[in-house]
Amino acid sequence: MRGSTRLSLTTHPPSPSAATRTASGPPRRLTRSAGLLAALLALAVVSLISLGVGARPMSLGDAWRGLVDPDAPGYSVVHQMRLPRTLLGLLAGAALGVAGAVMQTLTRNPLADPGILGINAGAAAAVVTAISFLGVSTFAGFVWFAFAGSGAVAVLLYAVGGGRSATPARLALAGAALNAALYSYVQAVQLLDTAALDQMRFWIVGSLASAQASIVWQLLPFTLAGLAVAFLLARPLNALAMGDDAAQALGANPARARAVGVVVITLLCGAATAACGPIAFVGLMVPHLVRALTGPDLRWLLPYCAVLSPVLMLVADVLGRVVARPSEVQAGVLTVVIGGPVFLYFVRRRKAVAA
Amino acid sequence: MSDNKQPRLVGEDLTLAYDRRTIATGLDVAVPDGSFTVIVGPNACGKSTTLRALARVLRPAAGAVLLDGERIGSWPAKKLARTLGLLPQSSIAPEGITVADLVARGRYPHQGLLRQWSREDERVVGESMAATGVAELADRYVDELSGGQRQRVWIAMALAQQTPILLLDEPTTYLDIAHQIEILDLCADLHEQGRTVVAVLHDLNHAARYATHLIAMRDGDIVAEGPPGEVVTAELVEKVFHLPCQVIPDPETGTPLIVPAARRRAVASAP
Repeated sequence: MRGSTRLSLTTHPPSPSAATRTASGPPRRLTRSAGLLAALLALAVVSLISLGVGARPMSLGDAWRGLVDPDAPGYSVVHQMRLPRTLLGLLAGAALGVAGAVMQTLTRNPLADPGILGINAGAAAAVVTAISFLGVSTFAGFVWFAFAGSGAVAVLLYAVGGGRSATPARLALAGAALNAALYSYVQAVQLLDTAALDQMRFWIVGSLASAQASIVWQLLPFTLAGLAVAFLLARPLNALAMGDDAAQALGANPARARAVGVVVITLLCGAATAACGPIAFVGLMVPHLVRALTGPDLRWLLPYCAVLSPVLMLVADVLGRVVARPSEVQAGVLTVVIGGPVFLYFVRRRKAVAA
Repeated sequence: MSDNKQPRLVGEDLTLAYDRRTIATGLDVAVPDGSFTVIVGPNACGKSTTLRALARVLRPAAGAVLLDGERIGSWPAKKLARTLGLLPQSSIAPEGITVADLVARGRYPHQGLLRQWSREDERVVGESMAATGVAELADRYVDELSGGQRQRVWIAMALAQQTPILLLDEPTTYLDIAHQIEILDLCADLHEQGRTVVAVLHDLNHAARYATHLIAMRDGDIVAEGPPGEVVTAELVEKVFHLPCQVIPDPETGTPLIVPAARRRAVASAP
C-alpha cells in the first residue's frame, strides 16, 4: 500500500482568502453571534413590553421598576400577574420553536410543525381526558398525561407515516388526519362535560392568561432539559439532514438521533401544551424565518429559534391583550392568525421553486 | 501489518438482502489495497448493494465485512468514519446550505463535544475544496450549482473526512460526458495520492480506462475480476451484459475499449 493513512490533498497551501471564505470561519460566525445578540435584545424589549401591557398599562420604565424595585407602585401587578405570564410565554415559545426545528430536520419536511402534525393535539387530548374523566386538575398532574399524549402521537406518526421511508407527503397527510381526529375528540369531550368546559375553555385555544408562578416553576425543568438535549443533538441532526446513508458514512447514528429527537419533541411539546394549551404555527414559522438568517446549520438554528420563538409568542400575547379591550384574545388564536398566511406563503413559494 | 496480509477491506460469504428480497448469497469480495477498484455490471446485479455493504450502511443478512480483520459492525462509528468514506448515491443538500458549510460537515467524525471546530478543520476543508476545484464556489449555495459542480462538492465533503479508503456509489450518474470524465479524472487523482478508491460505474469503457482492478458482477455474483487489460474480453461482455461486441485497444490509453456490435451494419454501410 502506498502512502500513509493521513494524506495531504494538495501541495499548495490554501490562499488566505480561501481560508477566510470558509463559511464556518470567523466572519460568518461573527455575524451570526451579533445576530443572536440582537435577537436577545429584542426578546428583552418584548418581555418588558409584556410586563407593562395590561388592564393597568405602564411605561417600559415603570415596568422595569415594577420588576426590580419592591417599593415601586407596579411591583405587585408585575410580580403576581404579568411576570408569570411573560415567563410562561418565554418557556413555551422556546419549547415550541425548538421542537419545530427538530421536527423539520428529523422528517426532512420543511412544513412539519408539532401543532399541525398532531403532537400538540395528542397532548391536548390526553390532558382533556385527565381533566374530564380522571378529575386531574393540577399542572403537576396532567403534565404526565401531556407527555404520554404527545409521545404516543409522535410514535404513531412515525409508524403511520412510513418510518424510515416516510415521504413528506405521507407524513403530512398522516399528521393532518391525526390532528383532526384528536381535535374532534377534544371538542366532543368538552361538549359532553360542561362542568370541565370552563376550566378548559382558555386552555384549549392556547393561552398564557391563566399563568401562575407555580406552573412556571414546574414547567422550567422539563423545558430546560428538552432544550439542553436538543442543543446536544444539533450536530447529529445536521448529519441526518443529508440522508441516512450520508449520516452513517459520517459516523452518526441515524436511528439513535431519531429516537432522541422524538424524546425531545415529546418533552418540549408535552410540557408547553400542558402549561398553556395547544399552540400552532410557532414551531413552523420561526424556524423558517430563522433559516433565512442562519442557514440550515442547527448549531445556530436552534439557539436562534429558542430566542425568537418566545418573541413571536409574547408579541401574539401582548396583541391579544390590546386588540379587544377590555377582554382578551388568546395567544393561540393570534399565532394562527399570523401563522396561517405565513404558512400559505411558504407553501406557495415551495411550489414555485419546484416548478 | 503482517506480510501475508489480507486486503484491508473484504467481504466474506455475504448474503445481502433488502427486507425479503435477496440480492446476493455467498458473495466473497476483496478490495486490493491501494487500488482503484471499479464494480460494473448490468442494472440490478447487486453492485451498489455490495458497495453499500462494504460501506456498512447495509448490514449483511449473513457473512461479514471485515476492515483490518475486524467486523465492520464492531468498529466505533466515528473511528470507522475516519477510515472509510462513502459518497452515497442519494444525498440531500439541506436547503440554503453553502458549499463551504456542506464540505465542513465532512469533519463530523473528527469532532466531538469537547473538540469543536478547529484550525485543523479549517485547513482540511480548504484543502478538500481546492483538491476538487470548488474553492471559488465556497460561498455559493449548493442548490444553485450544476450537477457536475454539486458532485465535486459532495466528493470534497467525503475528502474532508480524511479517510484512506473512499467508496463512491455511481459518482458519474446523471452527469454529461464532459463532467463524467472530470469526476473520473478527479477520482484517479485521489487514487494516485495514495487512497484506495472503490467506485460503482455504469459505463464499462470508463471502468476499463480508469480502474486498476475491475470487478464484474451479474445476478449477485462476481463473474470476473482483475486488471481490466486481462479481464475485459468480448466473451466477458457477452456473458455479463448479454451484449455482442468487439474489444479493441483504446487509442488514447491502450486499455480495452468495448465497441458494441451493430445490428444494422448492413443498412449503415449500404451504398
